[in-house]
Amino acid sequence: MSLNEILNPVTLPAWIVSVPLAAAVLAVVLPKTGGWAGIFTAILTAAMVAALGHEILVHGPVQMVIGGWLPPLGIALYADGLSAAMLGITALVSGCITLYARGYFSGSAASRRFWPLWMFLWAALNALFLSADIFNLYVTLELLGLSAVALVALSGTADAFRAAVRYLLVGLTGSLIYLTGVAFFYAVTGTLGLNIKVAVGSAPASMTVPFALMAAGLILKSALFPMHFWLPPAHANAPAPVSAALSALVVKGSFYILLRLWFTVFMPFINPFSAQLVGMLAAAAIIWGSLQALLAERLKLLVAYSTVAQIGYLFLIFPLSSIAQGGPNAWFGGLYFVLSHACAKAAVFLSAGAVMHCCGHDRIRDLHGIVARLPVSVFAFALAGVSLIGLPPSGGFIAKWLYLNKALVAGQWWWGVVMIIGGLLATAYIFRFFARAFINTPEVAAGRPVPWIMEWTALGLAFCAIILGLAAPAVTRLLDVGNPFQ
Amino acid sequence: MKFDDWLPLLILFTSLLPGIVIFLLPEERTRWRTALNLGGAGLKLVLTGIMIWGVRHAHVYETRLPMLPEIELVLNADAMSMMMTALSGVLWFVTTLYAIAYLETSSQSRSRFFGFFSLCVSSTIGIALAGNLITFLMFYEMLTLTTYPLVVHRGTPESLHAGRTYIAYTIAGGAAFLIGVAWLKALVGSVAFTEGGMLAPYVDLFPSQLRLIFLLMICGLGVKAALVPLHGWLPQAMVAPAPVSALLHAVAVVKAGAFGIVRVVYDVYGIEFSAELGLLQPLAAAAAFTIVYGSVRALFQDELKKRLAFSTVSQVSYIALGAAILGPIATIGGIVHLVHQGLMKITLFFCAGNFAETLGVHHVSRMHGIGRRMPWTMAAFTVGALGMIGVPPLAGFVSKWYLGAGAMAAGKPWVIAVLIASSLLNAAYFLPILYRGWFQEPAEPGFGQPPAGKLETHWMLLGPPLLTALLALLAGLLANAPFSPLEWARLITAREYHP
Repeated sequence: MSLNEILNPVTLPAWIVSVPLAAAVLAVVLPKTGGWAGIFTAILTAAMVAALGHEILVHGPVQMVIGGWLPPLGIALYADGLSAAMLGITALVSGCITLYARGYFSGSAASRRFWPLWMFLWAALNALFLSADIFNLYVTLELLGLSAVALVALSGTADAFRAAVRYLLVGLTGSLIYLTGVAFFYAVTGTLGLNIKVAVGSAPASMTVPFALMAAGLILKSALFPMHFWLPPAHANAPAPVSAALSALVVKGSFYILLRLWFTVFMPFINPFSAQLVGMLAAAAIIWGSLQALLAERLKLLVAYSTVAQIGYLFLIFPLSSIAQGGPNAWFGGLYFVLSHACAKAAVFLSAGAVMHCCGHDRIRDLHGIVARLPVSVFAFALAGVSLIGLPPSGGFIAKWLYLNKALVAGQWWWGVVMIIGGLLATAYIFRFFARAFINTPEVAAGRPVPWIMEWTALGLAFCAIILGLAAPAVTRLLDVGNPFQ
Repeated sequence: MKFDDWLPLLILFTSLLPGIVIFLLPEERTRWRTALNLGGAGLKLVLTGIMIWGVRHAHVYETRLPMLPEIELVLNADAMSMMMTALSGVLWFVTTLYAIAYLETSSQSRSRFFGFFSLCVSSTIGIALAGNLITFLMFYEMLTLTTYPLVVHRGTPESLHAGRTYIAYTIAGGAAFLIGVAWLKALVGSVAFTEGGMLAPYVDLFPSQLRLIFLLMICGLGVKAALVPLHGWLPQAMVAPAPVSALLHAVAVVKAGAFGIVRVVYDVYGIEFSAELGLLQPLAAAAAFTIVYGSVRALFQDELKKRLAFSTVSQVSYIALGAAILGPIATIGGIVHLVHQGLMKITLFFCAGNFAETLGVHHVSRMHGIGRRMPWTMAAFTVGALGMIGVPPLAGFVSKWYLGAGAMAAGKPWVIAVLIASSLLNAAYFLPILYRGWFQEPAEPGFGQPPAGKLETHWMLLGPPLLTALLALLAGLLANAPFSPLEWARLITAREYHP
């Protein structure tokens, strides 16, 4: 291969997967270099994803086949605007988590095990967002799930271990259901490609079983109510950088697959009833998750239940997109939720981690006056909270506005009501923390000093959630490339 | 793009950027903080001056930034927005002076305080300059959030409780407003502020939906404007430090709500179309009820700041009342009261802060003879109080005169009864304070006379109320001079009725 071929933008997808993978291997072989491998990966991946995004904006979707073999033997990679946006948000959030982890794990024994797993998880995520067929999606999903389970167990406490085992069992069950669906799909269509409009000729009824199985498996893995039971313990008990990655990125992996399947191959077969059914689960998730967050006694548990609620918003994309009026606003709105939630939730988990690092606990009741100790972290929590509540100017607001507009134009106003109630509940649970944090008390308990990098990476991510609210024209232009509604 | 296109954004940044930098300053950098605050405030005044001159001469200053494919963030200087901008620019400057004297020597977390203070003012400027409902909504919510840390600044259980009430009311109000805006956007596709209104073409299409949207938006705005029964947060929020209360009651939060109501009535629905839909009558009734109710409640408050807070509930509804009466004279009265109430109420809160800070007097019942100890402060208080009652030639008289005359012209004599009742009640709760302060014998030692050879309090605490009291006096005395608030309100009204 000549240098020109290697630097050809069309080969970028392969490099985007290989770089974190190579860093993972390096971190295993030379454990001391783990932190630096992470930084190097973060910079290189960000640059490559930016180049890929530029390529997609200018020339449209990118396709490549690794090694020259065509599927089903070879591995095909595909990237459109959606993939680029997911890769971009992954690069941003993972980059910040990497910096944060250097402070968090400095001098800790867990550091050795963290870096290889973390780089591996990143590679799996990148591969997932670039996969072009249903089987490869399964493989990447499995790799993602396994590395996530190992990371949850990292802290070594009994609670973490229990949560990890439960997470593992749920993940395997979900994958298995999904895989069965894939098998049925192959039996019916004889292909596993994602962009197959060829299969449409076959009878709709025969698609019901594969669709239902695949959707059920993915919904379990995405923790949509009532399949969310495993998420709060897993996300709340993991080390802070891992919690952030799980909530911000990993749950988006399975959601992304469902999104791809729903809006490409299964689109012609989906009846409005199943879309409304998913919508009802989503609404229940929003209300239930928010109520649980209101009751949670620990800060990280509060944040984890907030994730359960926010996943509900993601799934509203299905009922809202099922009606033609109002154009692709729901599509953009759902993806905007994915992006802004990634930034905001990572920021919130990272600042909760800083609070826990400082105080040694995260009981909300005992966090009075923390604003005097960790002003930057509290501010990061607040800024990210703005996006989680959906107030302007933030990515969360843009997402909510797009949904609301679509719901009103399409005459499905009830989803709007759910979103407004969800916003009010979110305000209530976010401000629970401030009501303690702002108390002026002379006895702010002594605590460990927090490395500055941990506070400022959280603030950086929170700012990104706000900036997303001001960058909507650029982001929607990218998301528009390859949008299934064209 | 020309300089004119960036001016509205620039004026927003004169407080936004200092605010952000102040957050990063260490506590002990008092001088830097002061320089940033006053520099920003001064620059804002200069830019506002340029823009007022330009708007008078039909210049167009407009910043448009794309926000979503079919939605733009619009900052636009029309006659109405310049009035709010000028008011908040001037009052920010004096309040900053006051806040520096009030907080810089004693309090902690000053960088946080002044940072949010600047962000709060930036939100107000954004609200003033917003050229469509979405931009308005954006800054309206930003105002909610940036005010919270100011309300809870002291960190006492009382202030945190007030903060919680404040957030509960304003976020719920914001949600109602958001639904209204989103619904309107889905229904008619446009949400731009247009002089004379923009909904007239839709009169026959969906009148009942438009009525419901109006209700939602007025409820959302009415929370901040403290329309009864949405006013519950305001009397509690007075636990905030005095400069915050002053800003909150005169120009920031409460005024944002009132200004929003004016915008919705005139520039979204249009006053004539609002009347046609039958929306003005209920709004007038709500405003009238609030005016009387607030005054009655004020009568029974012994805590000075609480009495002033209920007085705000009452006085701000004059603006809504003016907007709810069809006819240019009442419009002038309502719009000019935006400025007049701000000048008078900020004076009163400054004075209340001075009494509390200098002598530790928080209650009306302890104000015997306070005028001998602090004559200048008491004089400023007197000007503010008499203005509120509506004694000529003070600013408050001008507002009430136009409101009354407008009500007669519109054939609504009952409004006159409300105005008279309210003025009597104003007198009933303000005059006893004046009598007690000036004419009664001091009950406490040390109230007898001002300290010999020095000012009655810090000059930066004394200057702001004297200046705003003077402005309130001049606004009434020179009401017909060019660039007076009244003359500007006439300009706005002319453009609203003959766009």
